Amino acid sequence: MPDASPLLRVEHLRKVYASGRGEVEAIGDLSFTMMPGELLCVVGPSGCGKTTLLKCLAGLLRPTSGLVKMEGSPVTGPSPAMAVVFQEYGRSLYPWLTVRGNVELPLRHKKLSRAERDRRVADALDAVGLPQSARSHPWQLSGGMQQRVAIARAIAYRPEVLIMDEPFAAVDAQTRADLEDLVRDLHLNRGISTVFVTHDIDESVYLGQRVLVLSHSPTRVQEDLVIDLPRERDQLTTRALPRFTELRTHVYAQIQRAKRAPASAPHPAP
Amino acid sequence: MTALGAGRTAPRGLGVRVAEDVLYAVGLPVLAVGLWAVWSTRSANRFLVGPRPLLDAFRQTWIGPAFVDDVLPSVYRLLAGLFASIMLGVAAGVLIGRFRPLREILEPLLEFFRAIPPPVLIPVAMLLLGITDTMKVVVIVSGAIWPILLNTIEGVRATDSVMLETADSYRISRWERVWLLILPAASPRIMTGVRQALSVALILMVISEMFASSAGLGYRIAYFQRNYLIAEMWSGILLLGLLGVLLAVAFGVVERRVLRWYHGMREVTRA
Repeated sequence: MPDASPLLRVEHLRKVYASGRGEVEAIGDLSFTMMPGELLCVVGPSGCGKTTLLKCLAGLLRPTSGLVKMEGSPVTGPSPAMAVVFQEYGRSLYPWLTVRGNVELPLRHKKLSRAERDRRVADALDAVGLPQSARSHPWQLSGGMQQRVAIARAIAYRPEVLIMDEPFAAVDAQTRADLEDLVRDLHLNRGISTVFVTHDIDESVYLGQRVLVLSHSPTRVQEDLVIDLPRERDQLTTRALPRFTELRTHVYAQIQRAKRAPASAPHPAP
Repeated sequence: MTALGAGRTAPRGLGVRVAEDVLYAVGLPVLAVGLWAVWSTRSANRFLVGPRPLLDAFRQTWIGPAFVDDVLPSVYRLLAGLFASIMLGVAAGVLIGRFRPLREILEPLLEFFRAIPPPVLIPVAMLLLGITDTMKVVVIVSGAIWPILLNTIEGVRATDSVMLETADSYRISRWERVWLLILPAASPRIMTGVRQALSVALILMVISEMFASSAGLGYRIAYFQRNYLIAEMWSGILLLGLLGVLLAVAFGVVERRVLRWYHGMREVTRA
């Protein structure tokens, strides 16, 4: 993508953990870019360092070498330009705060007027379809609703990039479909740039504009695939498209290859 | 998607429930006092008294100037000791729980000091601080701080890693992190510590007054005992018991307010 400058640029990212029995190379050499407004899905075989990648992106982990650049400047710590939605919503929301208190939490130290803060909280809860739950506590809500609260908190923070770490891995299938459509909706209607990490191949193809397939650890980019499905997607019709099936089969095959031979040469797109 | 409200089953009549609760609460005590009254009319032991003489002694001893001279100073020292224990214990507990090096350096020392029975410190405290209120408060703190400190350390250490990462990723400031994350997360453990500290503080209040005092509940009870004022002595013990119950009830009210979220959450996860 030659036009416009990328929002996020990852350059030769490498992460090595020092463990008791020597070193573990979680990420080998990872490079990719992401444009503003993009919805990028990251898939890979289990144990391929997806969470490590995400923590490096969010500035929660220091890479061993390489760079993460946000709008041209390197990320060296947690950045106000990024918000993370964790997989474990039950451990990410604070049970002693109300839904409102949780969404407001990251806004407290932003110098906002009371009215602006209230407006942002209301707007974020509206966006995730929970305007009436502001005064509840998270534990009074179902799992899917709790994850919506976590997404609302991230939206209210107004990040440049929303980073989601297997956010729907712990909810049931129907709730999951609803939440996927919520992410599509936020992408289309609010233009929120999103990095969506998942181990679910169908989910990555259904959601993404682009899918980044990672190799087995030590991780490299196995394939950078553009998803040429229509913008407007629908759980029933999109998943029934022949092209959807082709793409998911392709991604599936790539992941199988990735499991067998780490970091092989990229395979041409179908 | 359904909201799981705090679903209580439809109550029986409120009046019936209250009456039942009261019956359960006072049934056994009433029965015990009745047996005690019957027994005291038959017993000749002069060191044990019946409910009537005890009640009379209670009224004569404690309702009047003794309340101001003996009860209030004791209660004041007890509350001051508890307050200081909570403040110091929680503050130190947050620091020690957050910083691993500090914890590793202090752990053996804490084990040692915790092992010392606080009453043996009374003579030392008397020499260093004189026979003062401060000395008695220090003695109370020297015992009551441990359950609070150790529970706070454990509670702070057990703060969920994802909650901490959430605070990191949203760049929550240091103070907000303490107030909005660390302290609430540790609050169930802190409350457990405070509950244990209540009884320790009451014991040390009495003991410190028995050693060195010219007023206070402990002093009075020891005085009555030495002067063979047996009913009065028992009435002091009764008052201590009542004080302990009152303290526990007040604590229960505070705890329910502070840990409302915790009890609510547990009710939901158990359901």
